[in-house]
Amino acid sequence: MKIHRILRTALQALRRNPMRAMLTTLGIVIGVGAVIAMMEIGNGSSAAVQKSIASMGANTILVLPGTAASGGISFGFGTSVTLTPQDYEAIVRECPAVVSAAPVVRARTQVVYGNRNWVPNTIEGATPSFQQVRNWTDMADGEFFSNRDVLNANKVCVLGQTIVRELFQGESPVGKEIRIKNISFRVVGVLASKGANMMGMDQDDIVLAPWTTIKYRVTGSMLTSNNQSSSSSSTSNSSTSTSVNTLNTLYPGQQSLYPAQSTTQAADNPISVRFTYIDQILANAASTAEIPSAIRQITATLRERHHLRDGEDDDFNIRDMTEMTRMLTSTTHLMTNLLLCVALISLLVGGVGIMNIMLVSVTERTREIGLRMAVGARARDILRQFLVESVVLCLVGGGVGIVLGHGGSYLVQMLLHWPVQNSPGAIAAAVIVSASVGVVFGYYPAWRASRLDPIDALRYE
Amino acid sequence: MDDPMALIELRRIVKTYRIADMDVPVLKGVSLRIESGELVALMGSSGSGKSTLMNILGCLDRPTSGEYWFDHKEIARLPADERALLRNRCMGFVFQSFNLLPRASALENVTMPLSYAAHYISDREARQRASEMLRRVGLKDRMEHEPSQLSGGQQQRVAIARALINRPPVLFADEPTGNLDSHTSNEVLQMFEELNREDGITIILVTHDAAVARHARRVIRIADGLIVDSDTESSLQSAEGK
Repeated sequence: MKIHRILRTALQALRRNPMRAMLTTLGIVIGVGAVIAMMEIGNGSSAAVQKSIASMGANTILVLPGTAASGGISFGFGTSVTLTPQDYEAIVRECPAVVSAAPVVRARTQVVYGNRNWVPNTIEGATPSFQQVRNWTDMADGEFFSNRDVLNANKVCVLGQTIVRELFQGESPVGKEIRIKNISFRVVGVLASKGANMMGMDQDDIVLAPWTTIKYRVTGSMLTSNNQSSSSSSTSNSSTSTSVNTLNTLYPGQQSLYPAQSTTQAADNPISVRFTYIDQILANAASTAEIPSAIRQITATLRERHHLRDGEDDDFNIRDMTEMTRMLTSTTHLMTNLLLCVALISLLVGGVGIMNIMLVSVTERTREIGLRMAVGARARDILRQFLVESVVLCLVGGGVGIVLGHGGSYLVQMLLHWPVQNSPGAIAAAVIVSASVGVVFGYYPAWRASRLDPIDALRYE
Repeated sequence: MDDPMALIELRRIVKTYRIADMDVPVLKGVSLRIESGELVALMGSSGSGKSTLMNILGCLDRPTSGEYWFDHKEIARLPADERALLRNRCMGFVFQSFNLLPRASALENVTMPLSYAAHYISDREARQRASEMLRRVGLKDRMEHEPSQLSGGQQQRVAIARALINRPPVLFADEPTGNLDSHTSNEVLQMFEELNREDGITIILVTHDAAVARHARRVIRIADGLIVDSDTESSLQSAEGK
């Protein structure tokens, strides 16, 4: 029997009792409608929650250099010097799961403005992408420093609210100069307040500057002043203050002072290349779900760049906000599971309704079944016919339910302004689930119909 | 036994029902031949086993033992699906209570058996054949009517059209006039005679009514699970005289 004919037979049978068919599908309609509406509303709020948690840095991945050890004494994280700015560039270039990344150079020293001074919790050198990575694009005043500032190692900085309060006491700091380690920095912007982080550390107690500036002018002067000032490659202006690193050749983006060495020359004269390293790399995964793949990609990229053989330990460490992520996923899981329970219960109720009516229908149409068998319907034809009938009922119910649920969530969005997210997955699932409810709950009545004896069925009163 | 085989031949058919651990014999060894093109009445009082015999003849039921040769094939042991196919292709049924699908048009009722045919028949051809059949039974202006809008006689004629849609060689009619008044009964019975005469369809009428049996050319009487009398037309007159 061709499928369109089975369908037509089923529709004919259902048309014979439209009121009953409608009431029967009501269970499925309500079940599917509730699931769709709750899925969309639930997805919307969970997306909103995810977004706010993500702004706390849940998607942030921290790459730290590895551990240095000497004579069996390990010095802890970040003590070896393995991360380079080129690593950062490679991560941005080669890891698709990473949406943004920023190199970070840290310093801890005194900041002076006028007659006041303060030691900020964090003085960090970074790039403008830091804003995206930390989800900190709001500025209270002024602007963030630019990539050009990073290239030129300009002496500009951006302050957090706490610094503004401690050093400027209410006056606008933009355009003023502060001194960090005897180097003056022009304040170009003030970050919006972010408050304390999950550990209770004040995140607004921060000075941000281009990482090149911090590296070469602030910490560089601290760590390498001795050997660098005596370095032969220093230019004539080494006569200025020795506490300021003025090695122009080291600034990124500038032309080399000397013609490039050929490879032969380089091999003949192995001079130690000045190794610029950074303290950490902050990376932001595209979403919480992509954190593991981002970590995998970063690991692969860095291992390749650092020429690590298989079996060799990583010379870097990657950390993510596992706790936050776990919290996030557990909330969403809980939500999804709750919804699933509701869905299952309502569909179960709807399915029992379908089964009930199909059983009634089989009893009612016993003579019809007998007749169909007498004129040549096989048991499987009868089975199929009743199965298709219940599946059609369920699919129609599912379709109406999808429309109702979707409309309901739209209304909620319009009237209550709740965040709502369309969920094509839920709609597809609703279609599949209602079809399978039809099969599962229609099977028993259909099987009973197909097992009827045509003689008894024909004589049934 | 060696003469050419009839369309239908039963040999020592026994049917025993098992009700509450008791074997109840209904048919006790029925042997029967029906030639192609016959119009036979199967007569007997209720409980005589004529319905059981008709079910076995109509392939709706299987005998407990015995042979059933239909069109040179032994079909007593055929599985259910193949019997369904045989019923669809070779047998038409008309019942006492019409058994039409409610709220389906006469046309839909008549096309219904075609959807179980072994080979595919297009919708257009199905409609065409059905309307031809309905015209044949004199209902060409009632095709879109539902059974509730038709009289008893018209309903039975729809049922006849449905039974004939697959052009079966044999038509079984189980008390076809039981629910009809004498006038429409006659019409229906005349239609059977006509079909038998003009199209050569073998018709087996099951009835307890001698007036109905009079339309048949042969009467097979059954009593207590055995054939008591298998008469031709001539002896029917005397049977009636009793």
